[in-house]
Amino acid sequence: MLVGATSHSPTGSRGFMERGFLLLVVLMFLEGTVFPLGAASSPDINNYTFPKKAFPVLSLDYGHIQMPFEISLWVLLASLMKLGFHLIPRLSGIVPESCLLIVVGLLVGGLIKLAGEEVPPVLDSKLFFLCLLPPIILDAGYFLPIRPFMENIGTILMFAVIGTLWNAFFVGGLLFAVCQIEGTHLSQVELLPCLLFGSIISAVDPVAVLAVFEEIHINELLHILVFGESLLNDAVTVVLYHLFEEYSGAGEVTLMDAFLGVICFLIVSLGGVAVGAIYGILAAFTSRFTSHTRVIEPLFVFVYSYMAYLSAEMFHLSGIMALIACGAVTRPYVEANISHKSHTTIKYFLKMWSSVSETLIFIFLGVATVAGPHAWNWTFVSVTVILCLVSRVIGVVGLTFIINKFRIVKLTTKDQFIVAYGGLRGAIAFSLGYLLDKDHFPMRTMFLTAIITEIFFTVFVQGMTIKPLVDLLAVKKKQEAKRSINEEIHTQFLDHLLTGIEDICGHYGHHHWKDKLNRFNKKYIKKCLIAGERYKEPQLIAFYHKMEFKQAIELVESGGGVKMPAAMPLQVSMQNIQPKKQPPMAADRALPQFTKNREEEIRKILRSNLQKTRQRLRSYNRHTLVADPYEDGWSEYMLKKQRMIELEKKVSNYLTVPAAPSDSPTMRRARLASDPNAFYTIKAPPGNVPTIQVELASPQSPDSVNLVDEFSKKGGSSQKNTDDRKEEQGRMMKPPSAGKGGKGEEEEEEEEGENKNPGLLRCLSDPGPSNEDEEDEPFLP
Amino acid sequence: MSSRTNRWRKTVSLEQINNLNKRFRQLSSNKETLSREDLASIPDLDNNPIRLQIINAFFDKRNLSQSEVGIVQEIGFEEFLMVLTHFQPAAMDITEDNREKLRRTKLRFLFNMHDTDGNGIITLEEYRQAVEELLSKAGTIAPETVKAIADAAMLDVASTTRGKMEPDEFYEGITFEHFLQILKTLDIETTMHVRFLNLDTANMRCGK
Repeated sequence: MLVGATSHSPTGSRGFMERGFLLLVVLMFLEGTVFPLGAASSPDINNYTFPKKAFPVLSLDYGHIQMPFEISLWVLLASLMKLGFHLIPRLSGIVPESCLLIVVGLLVGGLIKLAGEEVPPVLDSKLFFLCLLPPIILDAGYFLPIRPFMENIGTILMFAVIGTLWNAFFVGGLLFAVCQIEGTHLSQVELLPCLLFGSIISAVDPVAVLAVFEEIHINELLHILVFGESLLNDAVTVVLYHLFEEYSGAGEVTLMDAFLGVICFLIVSLGGVAVGAIYGILAAFTSRFTSHTRVIEPLFVFVYSYMAYLSAEMFHLSGIMALIACGAVTRPYVEANISHKSHTTIKYFLKMWSSVSETLIFIFLGVATVAGPHAWNWTFVSVTVILCLVSRVIGVVGLTFIINKFRIVKLTTKDQFIVAYGGLRGAIAFSLGYLLDKDHFPMRTMFLTAIITEIFFTVFVQGMTIKPLVDLLAVKKKQEAKRSINEEIHTQFLDHLLTGIEDICGHYGHHHWKDKLNRFNKKYIKKCLIAGERYKEPQLIAFYHKMEFKQAIELVESGGGVKMPAAMPLQVSMQNIQPKKQPPMAADRALPQFTKNREEEIRKILRSNLQKTRQRLRSYNRHTLVADPYEDGWSEYMLKKQRMIELEKKVSNYLTVPAAPSDSPTMRRARLASDPNAFYTIKAPPGNVPTIQVELASPQSPDSVNLVDEFSKKGGSSQKNTDDRKEEQGRMMKPPSAGKGGKGEEEEEEEEGENKNPGLLRCLSDPGPSNEDEEDEPFLP
Repeated sequence: MSSRTNRWRKTVSLEQINNLNKRFRQLSSNKETLSREDLASIPDLDNNPIRLQIINAFFDKRNLSQSEVGIVQEIGFEEFLMVLTHFQPAAMDITEDNREKLRRTKLRFLFNMHDTDGNGIITLEEYRQAVEELLSKAGTIAPETVKAIADAAMLDVASTTRGKMEPDEFYEGITFEHFLQILKTLDIETTMHVRFLNLDTANMRCGK
């Protein structure tokens, strides 16, 4: 400012000098301020005769951003690797992803070592347990298929608790015995550290199980057995770990300690579940009030769940069980409250995070292997690997023998084999080993080496061979078909029937209690936790609406019914199942009868248009439609209008919860009038036909406009309202020329479908983890 | 006990039969036969939306013997047992043939519950009735929704079993074969059972 002022002064040479002088002053002023900053970074400030540095235009300051940058690099590496694997077609079929990622980790670790740098301790226990593990477990818990889980809970608990205990003691004990043998030079390893090692290595790891089982698609029962076991054995592992770690110093464990251990186990597991459930209910309750701030809805689910995990970890309860409980409790209530988009957001964020986490974990495993330090002892390592396998097999076979006495659907030998073979170890074991204190456990490095070897063995050998073995043994695979409405109706019917039979026999069995729990849930809990009137909605209706909605989306995706996917070859419409009514007596009808030819013509036109209508009518939104082909087209038109309102209402209801406010009158009229089949009738209301313009410019309901905008942006044309397919056909309506109108419509529709398809398909295409049929199951069906 | 009961001894243990007998006596207030009112008076059944259909199933002649159609007014202990044996689980070493037979028996029971007029076909009306009953305890439901669900279900059956149909063809209703077809994924032989009729465990608790 000062400089500027002086430069405008009218004086001549004196002004020049003044300017220069002032310029100098300003520069010195500036440098004076810069210097202290520079002085802060350089300690020698004793002289003011700094050589005048050029003002740094471009400088490198890596230290400033090092931490986040490296994290981002790792995440980027993980994601690129995942991308890369799927581009190589044959590889992902043979080798499970987890193996490839470990190899990548090994390579990266090797590269870092070659470069002379120290390999960062990436699988730091804190990082692992607080950042990498929770997303995976939350994802698993939120989408846990509750019904099969609860049906098999007894079996799962047996495997998780007793199986893990058996494994821990068997491996630990026998390892100690082996260590005592003369030739192994391992006599310094005492009993308690061995048992500790046994408890670390015996737990089946959920991350590894998820990673491998996801690719082999076995039937639901086996999946839930192994997976459920891997989740629930966390409590046992936590207790055993702390117990042995505490007392390894003291050298002995008394009976009292063992008893306390059992109590501790109960507290750890039940406490973890309780903490999770409390946070889950809080989350559900909060979501009841989020109808005005839909954008942050997903955040509540994530934050509450994470806090549940942290709270449980704070008390040394089982964080994993807390997270599972929170996810499972939250889901049915939150889903009834939040909007459809939030639901999608939650789903995709969870999948994304868990996927990245999993990838990172495996890569870090590889890196940590390279980092070492290692202490290889042939005896110890090989005995560990063998013992783990043996103990797992014995454990599973023995437990199944007992369990089968109480199960209705017994576990066959094939099932037992898969359960035993699928017991993979993973990064949790490594992290627990890493946590061990170096001073208390001098053989820590040997333990770590053995753990890593075991992990490698299970992931590589068992992981790679399980898929061909599954095929070889012809184990039943996962059913791919979606649940149909008939199945849903009959499942519910069966539930009630069996409850009734139990009541008649006076036997208070499973169904009785399940029914009671359901009723309690409906009466009290749902009322508190679900916003608005939706808590009253019975499950069958919710299911039906969901299907309807999906159907509508599918039809939109497939181009408005023109290009029907081959999988839906049905051409059965309401006409076919409605009992025919007798046409009323001729005398009653005030309308003129048509001649035979006219009838034929009308019927042909009807048929050619009903073809599309029929395909559209496939969606589950039927009204009682008396499709009497003799009736006048007018009443058909009226019925179709009614149906359109219904469809529109329903679809908009599920895009925005609660139901969207009504549209502007113009929109409504446009929609109602856009009936393609009305044109051919003589009695078609003349007023409507010319006024069909889909007025998308006019204000729509605020929520549904978002969906439309998404589509319109990608669809290329701004005149598509995907809320109601019929509208786009309405747009093509022209004043009828009887007989030809039908064909004209068809052509236009085809054209329309062609233009629209790529855009819509692209934006609607769902490349992410699909086939999540389980997620559709309500909490307590 | 008659010859029928003797035959069942192979599949249901003696102890279980005794327990059921005790229950039967309790329900029928020590009379020889059980009537509808006796069953309807069980308080636990009040919350069940399909209680009427369950009760009717006990008195439906089709569940009691293969050939007759109609309703009886009262049943004896044998008939009571006969209905209950529909809820046995499949034995572990059951052969494929027997498994199929068991499925058919159980599904036949379900079918009879829906087919109220006994003509061997579940029509749209009957199906609508079934859905309505199912939703009856769930508060006020709009009748259009009920119809919509039943219609959608019917359409599903028609399309999976009959495929393409001309506009003037009429789908009479769900026959037993169609019923088998649409419910084949439900694994009826394992899911439709009441636990205490399990062959292996002998522990039974008759409440009340």
